[in-house]
Amino acid sequence: MTLSASFRKRLKYFDLEISFACRAGKMLVMIGPSGGGKTTVIRMLAGLTMPDAGRVVFGDEVWFDSARNIHLKPQKRRLGYVFQDYSLFPHLNLFDNAAFAAESKKEVHDLFELFKISHLKKRKPHMVSGGERQRCAICQALARHPRLLLLDEPFSALDVVTRRGLREELKILKGRLSCPVIYVTHDIHEALFLADEILPVVDGKIDRGWMQRTITREPGEGISARGAREPRLSLVY
Amino acid sequence: MDYLALYVTLKLALVTTLVLMVLAAPVAYLLAYARFPGKSLVEALIYLPMALPPTVIGFYLIIVMGPRGWAGRVWEAATGGSLLFTFLGITIASVVYSVPFAVQPMKAAFQKIDRRLLENAYILGLSKRAAFLRVIIPNSVAGIAAAAVLVFLHSIGAFGVLLMVGGSIPGETKVASIAIYEAVEMMNYEAAGLIALSFIPISYAFLLLINRLNARAGA
Repeated sequence: MTLSASFRKRLKYFDLEISFACRAGKMLVMIGPSGGGKTTVIRMLAGLTMPDAGRVVFGDEVWFDSARNIHLKPQKRRLGYVFQDYSLFPHLNLFDNAAFAAESKKEVHDLFELFKISHLKKRKPHMVSGGERQRCAICQALARHPRLLLLDEPFSALDVVTRRGLREELKILKGRLSCPVIYVTHDIHEALFLADEILPVVDGKIDRGWMQRTITREPGEGISARGAREPRLSLVY
Repeated sequence: MDYLALYVTLKLALVTTLVLMVLAAPVAYLLAYARFPGKSLVEALIYLPMALPPTVIGFYLIIVMGPRGWAGRVWEAATGGSLLFTFLGITIASVVYSVPFAVQPMKAAFQKIDRRLLENAYILGLSKRAAFLRVIIPNSVAGIAAAAVLVFLHSIGAFGVLLMVGGSIPGETKVASIAIYEAVEMMNYEAAGLIALSFIPISYAFLLLINRLNARAGA
């Protein structure tokens, strides 16, 4: 199944205008500076934010078409969405959170095994670490058998070490997924590590040159400084 | 001591609380989340009983529930009985009198819930109704309990509105506050004092409870 989307939406500081496609089993990483419209794109894919105009087609199913007045509710899209935080319900323990919309409980047990959080099933979200919460949030999203997986900066609130670990786990998981995955980040290393395709989004538009410009900036400022310390990045470029 | 009046008081407070918890929850949900024209006017109308003298509420309830009022006529046609001077009548009066005390804390509790939690519930396939029952309500337990305690306390203290709608029929509409008033009228200070004294531990315990609940809701 392929997801193809095109959106237009007037935002406060710029007009968002973007089109892209993502094939099943592939990970499209949307990258760019904060406030550039990445989360808005993800929310429009999920059906949580209404575009001014555009079209979202998943396989042969139309999820949104402004011309034909089609807007499929988020409930009907059957997708997984991992937020930066607040994905888990505070009143439920981790297992019940992940099983919230699960097709089978056995699968949830298996996912907990896979993400190494089986010993935390009975804990409430506030009793575990940020990394464990996000692992559970991914289980919650996957347990629904999503047709499309959306990850909106899922690791950005975590410390560097946890983040690297989760990044690696996600990469392994990606190999097993058969749905398109859209991943939003502002971290270039994460993008290079995970992506099958990178989509730089700046001020609501696709800006293919953004990555190159950002990485080749003088050392000592922003991302390039961090990049210089990362061996992986120097190998790629 | 007038145990019968105490019994009617507690029964009335309990029924009022139960009725209002069910009725006020959807209203509080709409006020917290829905957008519709004239919302602030509707909201002010719901809170009006808080701002009106109880006798004014009682007066209008007599007009509506009396034999010539629309509610009184409908009830009489359906059952052959009267709404005034009955337990049902004072229950309706008590509910109207306490509506703001149920809606306001519940609305505040619902509004505290992060919108992203609700969005996640929708993503996971829940309808708005299911999200209300499975996400909003369980995450507002402290706020809902605080509303229940407030309504209960407010109901046991009702006087004017109940006297006007229900009079003072022992075992039916004569609540403790009316019993105290009547005992004092008859210079029976001992009887009045006993009933009055019985209120203090009840109200004090509930106030302690509400403080604990508020602390939990704020945490």
